[in-house]
Amino acid sequence: MNFEIEYNTIASVAGPLVVVNKVKNAAYGEIVRIRLPNGEYKLGQVLDTSENNAVVQVFGPTNGIDVKASSVSFTGETFSVGVSEDMLGRIFDGRGRPRDSGSAVSSETKRDINGEPINPVSRAMPSDFIETGISTIDGLNTLVRGQKLPLFSSSGLPHNQLAAQITRQAKVKNQSEGFAVVFAGIGITYDDAEYFIREFRKTGALKRTAAFINLADDPSIERIITPRIALTTAEFLAYEKNMHVLVILNDMTNYAEALRELSSAREEVPGRRGFPGYMYTDLASIYERAGIIRGKKGSITQLNVVTMPSDDVTHPIPDLTGYITEGQMFLSRALSNKGIYPPVNPLGSLSRLMNNGIGAGKTREDHRGVADQLYGAYARAQDAKSLSSIVGAEALSEGDRRYLNFGEAFEERFIRQGFDEDRSIEETLAIGWDLLSMLPETELTRIKVDYIKKYYKKSV
Amino acid sequence: MGIIKRISGPLVIAKDMLGSAMYDVVKVGRAELVGEIIQLKGEDAIIQVYEDTSGLRPGESVESTGSPLSVELGPGVLRMIYDGIQRPLEVLEQKSGSFIGKGITAEPLDRKKEWEFVVKDGIKKGIDLNQGDIIGYVQETDLIKHYIMVPAGVSGKIKSITGGSFTVDEAVATLDNDGSEVQLKMFQRRSVRRSSPFKRKFITSEPLTTGQRVVDTFFPVAKGGTAAVPGPFGAGKTVIQHQLAKFADSDIVVYVGCGERGNEMTEILTEFPELQDPRTGKPLMERTILIANTSNMPVAAREASIYTGITIAEYFRDMGYSVAVMADSTSRWAEAMREISARLEEMPGEEGYPAYLSKRLAEYYERSGMVESLNGSKGSITLIGAVSPPGGDISEPVSQGTLRVVKTFWSLDASLASSRHFPSINWLNSYSLYLDALEPWYVKNVGEGFVEDRKEAMRLLQRESELKEIVQLVGEDALPESERVLLEIGRMIREDYLRQSAFDEIDAYTSLRKQSLMLNTMLFFSKAASDAVKNGLSADKVAGAKVKAEISRMKGIKEENADAEIGKIKDHIASEFREMTNAEHEAEENAEKKAKEVVE
Repeated sequence: MNFEIEYNTIASVAGPLVVVNKVKNAAYGEIVRIRLPNGEYKLGQVLDTSENNAVVQVFGPTNGIDVKASSVSFTGETFSVGVSEDMLGRIFDGRGRPRDSGSAVSSETKRDINGEPINPVSRAMPSDFIETGISTIDGLNTLVRGQKLPLFSSSGLPHNQLAAQITRQAKVKNQSEGFAVVFAGIGITYDDAEYFIREFRKTGALKRTAAFINLADDPSIERIITPRIALTTAEFLAYEKNMHVLVILNDMTNYAEALRELSSAREEVPGRRGFPGYMYTDLASIYERAGIIRGKKGSITQLNVVTMPSDDVTHPIPDLTGYITEGQMFLSRALSNKGIYPPVNPLGSLSRLMNNGIGAGKTREDHRGVADQLYGAYARAQDAKSLSSIVGAEALSEGDRRYLNFGEAFEERFIRQGFDEDRSIEETLAIGWDLLSMLPETELTRIKVDYIKKYYKKSV
Repeated sequence: MGIIKRISGPLVIAKDMLGSAMYDVVKVGRAELVGEIIQLKGEDAIIQVYEDTSGLRPGESVESTGSPLSVELGPGVLRMIYDGIQRPLEVLEQKSGSFIGKGITAEPLDRKKEWEFVVKDGIKKGIDLNQGDIIGYVQETDLIKHYIMVPAGVSGKIKSITGGSFTVDEAVATLDNDGSEVQLKMFQRRSVRRSSPFKRKFITSEPLTTGQRVVDTFFPVAKGGTAAVPGPFGAGKTVIQHQLAKFADSDIVVYVGCGERGNEMTEILTEFPELQDPRTGKPLMERTILIANTSNMPVAAREASIYTGITIAEYFRDMGYSVAVMADSTSRWAEAMREISARLEEMPGEEGYPAYLSKRLAEYYERSGMVESLNGSKGSITLIGAVSPPGGDISEPVSQGTLRVVKTFWSLDASLASSRHFPSINWLNSYSLYLDALEPWYVKNVGEGFVEDRKEAMRLLQRESELKEIVQLVGEDALPESERVLLEIGRMIREDYLRQSAFDEIDAYTSLRKQSLMLNTMLFFSKAASDAVKNGLSADKVAGAKVKAEISRMKGIKEENADAEIGKIKDHIASEFREMTNAEHEAEENAEKKAKEVVE
């Protein structure tokens, strides 16, 4: 509350938590500065406050803090970050300090990093088709502006490449409005961080990107604030500067693990697999910051990477994420092992808002039908494949064999595409019709007859 | 007035609180955040705060309002969208913009709007009134007459009463209660954590029809009953809840979005005003009240939102209406309870949930029911709760606690959902304990045949699943023809009856009449096919019957044409099988002849 008062009353230090005694009425959530004996400063936040003491969570390692000589001062402010349009083209660390060689950014305004919940009444329904140029996404699980969609991936799969490709290619048709990328690297390795920065730089995306990077060896507690700083910046760009912002949070698994670390340091009752019981609420406070607000020009779309520990989708992190986000993109190890990029498995993937963004006037009138038919046929191909592994391909009926061939062709021509290949939605649908034309017309029960007449290719 | 002693997340401990009561609502700190006392210890009160507490300091004041958490009920409540503690979200938007700021208060009911109050026949000066009695009504929407009732605990002889235009805050009548004068306004307050009184409960005997075939035919829920929908993410819980909110034949729908996605509430808000009630043709919004406490809104208000919803429902029930309450999702409510419990440092029960979890769940579902209200009218509350079990595994405490009390269980199945079979209600392990109680209603209103058909169809589906297990081991060819036909019929019932598209204009809603026609036609096919196979027709031929296309198109037939068009299909079935059997016999005879000729 009073910046000048320094408390010399640290009672204990445990993990990232510092207890300060004899503090008079610290505010909940208030930011504190801890001065170490060597003159260095550390930042922390009040987690629990009583009349006489405060529990402070320190951002960063607590080494060097001692009980005797370190002192604590209370700033009277909650955690806020200065934001401005000049942040585009810059790279920051996990706490929002410049990481590149550039000078400090002068902020236009300061914002509380926790934001405030969007009033459900003020939301507008997301319905603008985002063309990512990737067939499995545009064709089968269309992304719309204002959506939050995670990439459910696993270690060893190319989610970073896919995220980079989407960032490079994503566009909204017939729109020349401002577009920006906010990238939050949460506990990622130096290599991965460099990869993204190099990609952004190479493609010229960097000048419209603000990157916040918390590296794997940065303090894990910082990971709690990195996505929030990124989203606060994104909200400023979207709602004050009328930009359409794509936010990439990579990787939310590291975030959740930092949350667990903090929870256990606070000696809270653990929930499933040691994650705190409030993890759903906490994740929601991040994911729900995606959206569109009525009467504002900008929007926030989120693409979150979630690596599933041991490929397990019922693990609390992907599980709770799936309950909050509007669908998921599922990366498959089996496809990846076959050498197929991007290994997006259409069968596990889902975009809940797809119907709002497709159809006549947005993509094309036959889009829904084609997507359903491709999905159904690919699912049938999987059945045929598992059957053939039992009875052998020769024993399959003619119909099953046809689907087996369809499945192969679908993976090779529809799912597989180059890292630099940017397919328009028309190209994607054309490939779809090529593939569907491998099947007899009578099998296409999910597409309206008119569209079959118009697009089905008998000659194939 | 008390002083804040300690703050930990949404929990605040205040001292000098002597004199305040459990569950009193308090204003916390300079920002006047809304909170509720949930524990008293000597002079200390433990308060859960319904708003974000950051910036709050020990030493700030706490003021008790002296009354428990309650909702305001009166004309103007329909068509509203509230947060968990009944703050009207549209008014909050006007006050603080697109984001919900802290410490904002707003009256749940519009104080300025005037309503045309009509005095009930026979209510006049000198009449004795008791709590719950109806004194008149306001035509609130085209669909709903909003009856004005005497609040609980109030009674007396009418001194004056007048009809005409009033705001909710103006007195429409005065009562003489043993010499003291009581003014009656058009709105009342009810505490949310206590169930409202009524005369008695009935055993339910009428279904809540929903237009969803798998629900109405196989797993109905009674008016005044309870149902649970547990399922993993992506299984379509919310779509089912939305379908029920649209098409259930209740008079009022209260939809509680508890800790779910913001965009889902937006979807309701954009869709419902444009959608029509299939029975009345009026916009659905006219009978709907939304409670939206999305997952990013404060956690304590999420806990309250469930109660706010049911209390509003009880109010309309007391007027004699049938009310359906959809709670999506009760797991988020239970998690909110867990979070508060952990901060209270209570001894945790299973999976960290408080030991009183199952009691709270049971208490909540018991607020459903068909009752005779204090004024003698008969109303009901049907409670439908979604459950979101972690990983889709229903062995967890919230699912289990719920299943012990609800009587209808719609089991959502991830594998059905991933094969895009929606609604993904698994017909083999879902159940409805109302079937027997509702049978007389079905016999009377749909016909005896329908009840029999349902049993037969269920028998076929169960037989199909047994056969499918065998097929997986030995292959379909190993089955006798009669059983291969059963597989075909099972598939037909699954694909063309149980499966129903929520996004197709016609298919989204099927009346009971049309359901009975559809099911009867399929069973007619089943009978004809089995007979034909007995007569020597092969199962492959049955599978190739042209009439099957007609059967699968039944779902797309408009309600008004259902009788005429579906009736024709049976004739087509009969004639096609006659032809096929004849052709088969002829072919056989020819073959025999040929064989004879060859021999000769």
